[in-house]
Amino acid sequence: MGFERVGGEDRGEITLYALSTCVWCHKTKKLLQDLGAEFRYVYVDLLEGADRDKTLEEVKRHNPNITFPTTVIDGEKSIIGFKEREMKEALGL
Amino acid sequence: MTDSEPSQEEVENLHEQLDREAEEMGYHLNPDLDFTRSLIRGLLVNERRYGYHSCPCRLASGDRDDDLDIICPCDYRDQDLNEYGACYCALYVSEEVLAGERDLLAVPERRPSPEVRARATKALSAPSGEAFSTLPYPVWRCKVCGYLCAKDEPPGVCPICKANMERFERFT
Repeated sequence: MGFERVGGEDRGEITLYALSTCVWCHKTKKLLQDLGAEFRYVYVDLLEGADRDKTLEEVKRHNPNITFPTTVIDGEKSIIGFKEREMKEALGL
Repeated sequence: MTDSEPSQEEVENLHEQLDREAEEMGYHLNPDLDFTRSLIRGLLVNERRYGYHSCPCRLASGDRDDDLDIICPCDYRDQDLNEYGACYCALYVSEEVLAGERDLLAVPERRPSPEVRARATKALSAPSGEAFSTLPYPVWRCKVCGYLCAKDEPPGVCPICKANMERFERFT
């Protein structure tokens, strides 16, 4: 459903909900890559129809305001926005 | 959705235009060239996709009326510049940030949630006409910069920030 997987070390199940036009989303993606963690990401602005609705519901569960980037770790912890320190802590780095 | 990639030339042209307009009005674009050009590329992609410069860091609905408040410059820029030294996506930065006297941090979303926005639209569109005020002319407020004018209609373009007429609301 539009998810791309980036290989790396297992630091938990990490999902990045992003926008293809958003610089902070790109920075978050690069941060995860630099930290060497395995994760999957999706550009929500490129989704259409039912896929988009379903993905937005997922984002809303973790971030009711539906903003980007939203990073979800192990289905429970969510990091809203580009937050380097919080991300490192969440990944145990 | 069809988005052909904006060319380097288009990005540079829009950057030059936005930078000139910003400086004329006392605003400043982010001095980080790569960062700013990447945002401007996002504006151009959104223009192709939706027909307007929707904020690159927010999800547009594609419905212009719904997205009006996030057409760049958004309704929230000035407040975020005052409070955080940058607008939500940091295309615009304050003088302190420009001078390197203040660090850029993530700006939390100020735009109300979809539910709150839906309620606010209803409240605004309820009554109209004579009961509004006893002033000889209606007063219109630019939602981008706060400019006020007393005329039968708002100007086509805000003389201060150049926002379009549709960004005006009836003030009194």
